[in-house]
Amino acid sequence: MKSLHALHHQLSDTETQIEILEEGVGQKLGLPFFQRKMRDAGLFPLKPTTLEILQLNLGKMCNQVCKHCHVDAGPDRKEIMTRETMEQCLRALAESDIPTVDLTGGAPEMNPNFRWFVEQCHALGRHVMVRCNLTIIVANPKYHDLPEFYRDHGVEVVSSLPFYNADKTDRQRGTGVFKDSVRALKMLNAVGYGMEGTGLVLNLVYNPAGAFMPASQETLKRQFKRVLRDEFEIEFNDLYAITNIPISRYLDYLISSGNFEGYMEKLVNSFNPIAAEGVMCRNTISVGWDGYLFDCDFNQMLELPVATPAHQHIRDFNAKALAEREIVLNQHCYGCTAGSGSSCGGTTA
Amino acid sequence: MKTYYDPEDLKKFGKIGEFQKPLADKFFDYYGEVFAEGALTAREKSLIALAVSHTVQCPYCIDAYTVDTLEKGCTEAEMMEAVHVAAAIRGGASLVHGVQMMNKVKELSM
Ligand code: SF4
Ligand code: SF4
Repeated sequence: MKSLHALHHQLSDTETQIEILEEGVGQKLGLPFFQRKMRDAGLFPLKPTTLEILQLNLGKMCNQVCKHCHVDAGPDRKEIMTRETMEQCLRALAESDIPTVDLTGGAPEMNPNFRWFVEQCHALGRHVMVRCNLTIIVANPKYHDLPEFYRDHGVEVVSSLPFYNADKTDRQRGTGVFKDSVRALKMLNAVGYGMEGTGLVLNLVYNPAGAFMPASQETLKRQFKRVLRDEFEIEFNDLYAITNIPISRYLDYLISSGNFEGYMEKLVNSFNPIAAEGVMCRNTISVGWDGYLFDCDFNQMLELPVATPAHQHIRDFNAKALAEREIVLNQHCYGCTAGSGSSCGGTTA
Repeated sequence: MKTYYDPEDLKKFGKIGEFQKPLADKFFDYYGEVFAEGALTAREKSLIALAVSHTVQCPYCIDAYTVDTLEKGCTEAEMMEAVHVAAAIRGGASLVHGVQMMNKVKELSM
């Protein structure tokens, strides 16, 4: 499977995606504008709270090509954050008191400067989270010691596992992914991740393998704990249930499977003002692989930069300007506010 | 094409109150409470509803509870086993009446 980008697919163009989200494909969608919904909820313009997380996309390169990937990542993507941009990120961190650095991709570990960067963040005393897709750990011998590396730098590991069986996981993430993920989870457990009393945190991320909403986070966590323990002897700490955001490859899936209109309608009908209050763009800044700043990872993928024209790049990082900005919202945001809400840290309501 | 069943009609279920509001309100309140977490989990109730949907063969209910069981994190094997429970009870219910037939045969036969 190739990325939409490599296929020159019409959805690799972000303007086309935004147009489809606003207007629909063929038939008119006729859904209320997200901004209006937020205004009705007293949340427009949406302002940030406190900046707690700097989320960095270290590159779009990935060893997997998941069907739902909102990054359109894959082995054919060559965009990688340079060391120079990483140094600019470190400067911004040193000048601010942002407590958490959240590393994502692609597979962030494929960036040649990944380990150096984690060491630097650790040295700055920041809490580092890595969005590890699990299979990277077993993909190549040079990655086999990642669990030890994470442990030595107190890294929190957050990993996607859309289901506790091979069938659903592999349909979404590729053949053999479940088996490799189980192997990687056991390696993480072996160095103490997810085990009681170690303080080494391993959180899993569930997202629906299809055009439906996630189950309750608590119910899923109980099920995952039971099945992973009983059938695979795997332990983990928390489980985040997230909603698929209708952009990029997931948008392609929705359209080609005939589920787009129904899914959008469902998101709109499940709008929850309480979930909307807790959306992640209020406490996060997302840094693109090329150093540009966004309100969140999804806005990054839609190329909707932060509304601070003089400070749109990490080299011009200005905490005050960012704190005063208005968050850029559009129709895809309905994915964050439906039901119990959704963010990189799970539900928001 | 005109058909008796239109998937779009499912979305209009709530509108039955237009003709008789108090009873509809009572029904939907009751319905909501039935499916809340209780002695049975919402997940278990959803699987029961999926099985019953197949028994009453209501296409709206089958659609609705297929989505609902997926959204409760059920596996496809669990969903199909629920349908088999419905099928087994339906089949068994026919077959157990075979005893009545046998009784009648014996009553009428030399
Ligand atoms: S979802 Fe994650 S693991 Fe899958 S292709 Fe995208 S970045 Fe890679
Ligand atoms: S998509 Fe991004 S900007 Fe929109 S609500 Fe979600 S986190 Fe905020």
